[in-house]
Amino acid sequence: MIERFTRYSPALILGAAVFAPLLAPNDYVVGVLARICLYALLALGLNIVVGFAGLLDLGFVAFYGIGSYVYAFLASPHFGLHLPFALAMLIVTLSAAVSGVLIGAPTLRLRGDYLAIVTLGFGEITYICLVNLDRPINITGGPNGLISIDPPSFFGAVIDRNIEYYYLFLVVLGAVVLASFRLRDSRIGWQWQAIREDEIAASAMGVDTTRAKLQAFAIGAAIAGFAGGLLASWQRSVFPDNFLLQESINVLAMIILGGIGNVLGVILGAAVMVALPEMFRELALYRLLAFGAILMLVMILRPQGLLSHAGLPRLRNRTMSR
Amino acid sequence: MLDIISILPQQLVFGLALGAVYGLIALGYTMVYGVLTMINFAHGEVFMIGAYIGWAVLTFLIGQQVGALHPVWVLPMLLIPAMLLCGGLGVIIERVAYRPLYARGASRLGPLITAVGASIVLQNATMLTQGARMKVYATHLLFPSSWRFSLFGVSISALTIVILLVSTLLMLGLSVLIQRTSLGRSIRAVAEDRETASLMGIDVGRTISLTFFLGSALGGAAGVLIGLYYTQIDFMMGYSAGLKAFTAAVLGGIGNIRGAMLGGLLLGIIESGASTLINPAFKDVVAFAALILALVFKPEGLFGERDADKEKI
Repeated sequence: MIERFTRYSPALILGAAVFAPLLAPNDYVVGVLARICLYALLALGLNIVVGFAGLLDLGFVAFYGIGSYVYAFLASPHFGLHLPFALAMLIVTLSAAVSGVLIGAPTLRLRGDYLAIVTLGFGEITYICLVNLDRPINITGGPNGLISIDPPSFFGAVIDRNIEYYYLFLVVLGAVVLASFRLRDSRIGWQWQAIREDEIAASAMGVDTTRAKLQAFAIGAAIAGFAGGLLASWQRSVFPDNFLLQESINVLAMIILGGIGNVLGVILGAAVMVALPEMFRELALYRLLAFGAILMLVMILRPQGLLSHAGLPRLRNRTMSR
Repeated sequence: MLDIISILPQQLVFGLALGAVYGLIALGYTMVYGVLTMINFAHGEVFMIGAYIGWAVLTFLIGQQVGALHPVWVLPMLLIPAMLLCGGLGVIIERVAYRPLYARGASRLGPLITAVGASIVLQNATMLTQGARMKVYATHLLFPSSWRFSLFGVSISALTIVILLVSTLLMLGLSVLIQRTSLGRSIRAVAEDRETASLMGIDVGRTISLTFFLGSALGGAAGVLIGLYYTQIDFMMGYSAGLKAFTAAVLGGIGNIRGAMLGGLLLGIIESGASTLINPAFKDVVAFAALILALVFKPEGLFGERDADKEKI
């Protein structure tokens, strides 16, 4: 029974996701659903880095920010550029991937915790640059951000309602979910998991660890950059405060809460992390307090996350056992 | 250009005072890391609560109209409660948020998330009980701004001297405790090898609690000093100070007590130098860039041992 449920769960979730906005009571809820998709996208990107390859990246939101700002540069009156959506998103994705390689190349040989700190520093540097690069030449618009960014358009059809954004995000999310499953079970996915379990053993088995880690970093950054481009086109504006360290921690909390390395768990984590504070809105001032307490409780009671590896028997068979 | 050269020594004095406080906070990170190889992300919040306790005591004393406020007796009145209460808070955080996880041998990411949870809880509990508006330390009643002297054209206030003095004393005290007492020996033993230490009859749980107590007490003292120095505190102050102190700990070689102090001073000087020479807005960029460069070229930290696992504390 349970096995049958796990086998069909992707189809059930997809069905629920397609019909959810039609049943939503108002546009605000649709907006929340769209935000869940966007964060799930971001969390899946981080999951490749942290969950598959075991590299603790605390500055992940920097790539999200880079993606957002690159999209804003390419499709807003700020520099007078209005590239077509698809072309702009391509450049966004590439530039995020390149920045992932640039920050990864010198730092990936560091041990786990040190990598966490370097990426944390990188995240902070990115944020400070976004805030301060409005003088002497105005590049990022400073604390006021950049506004009147072009919405996505496909062959002249402009997307501008929450429900349309929701379906756009859902399509992208579906593609990234599929890509995650495919990557996990591919040669490079096995290399990542080998590195996660034991880096020395992996390299002894002939895994080019530096290359594999760089690939994880680049792919994760590319997904984050893409999500950033989507955010910019949805908000129609970008501000440095969208990319605080807090956001990195939130995304990390999503994947740990959901069950690290587990693709469906990560999506569940994103849904919980976005929806929970919304539900606690009645608690007003107490809502963050409750949120922090729940975060602690879940980790203490269920340290492997809501959905662990055990929830997916197939993963256990196909990956190297511990 | 001449202007810059003439204010640089003044900035260095600010940098030293700030750096000494970073060093105090960094000690908390480094000790916990030495014993548990875990980053205690809630430590910045302990520092913030220390600042609030100091503020509460100072405000109470002023309200009582107890004669003249002389720093000789008022300063200990601020520091001691802040250190004791923060030490206790650190022990509670360890018990509630970390021990259930590492006792089960969970992954290293688990404690990171509970630490984030604990930070959020502490920040919001402070905001809800104390209000979101900043509190003001009446530093001028304690250290009148006329209490300063000039050395080679650099004006040094009494408060700066006091901050340097208090942090040096606390650091020396900690050094003696770690190196010369049996409590310190048990901390060092647990840092070296937890299992062997427990076989040798050391109460590992109690030693870990003690480590949290000491680190958090120093964090609380740092909170009072920063409150006096900047005169304004708020419930968000723990975040950036914690991040800086953590940088200092890594810069000096995490797990290394002397390194944490030197790393703090170095970071303070780098920051004040950068805000004078480049642009105050980019001082954090320079600080973090220094951190990244240090880690890439000398991952064990500037003052760390070559083999980071060999000497933890």
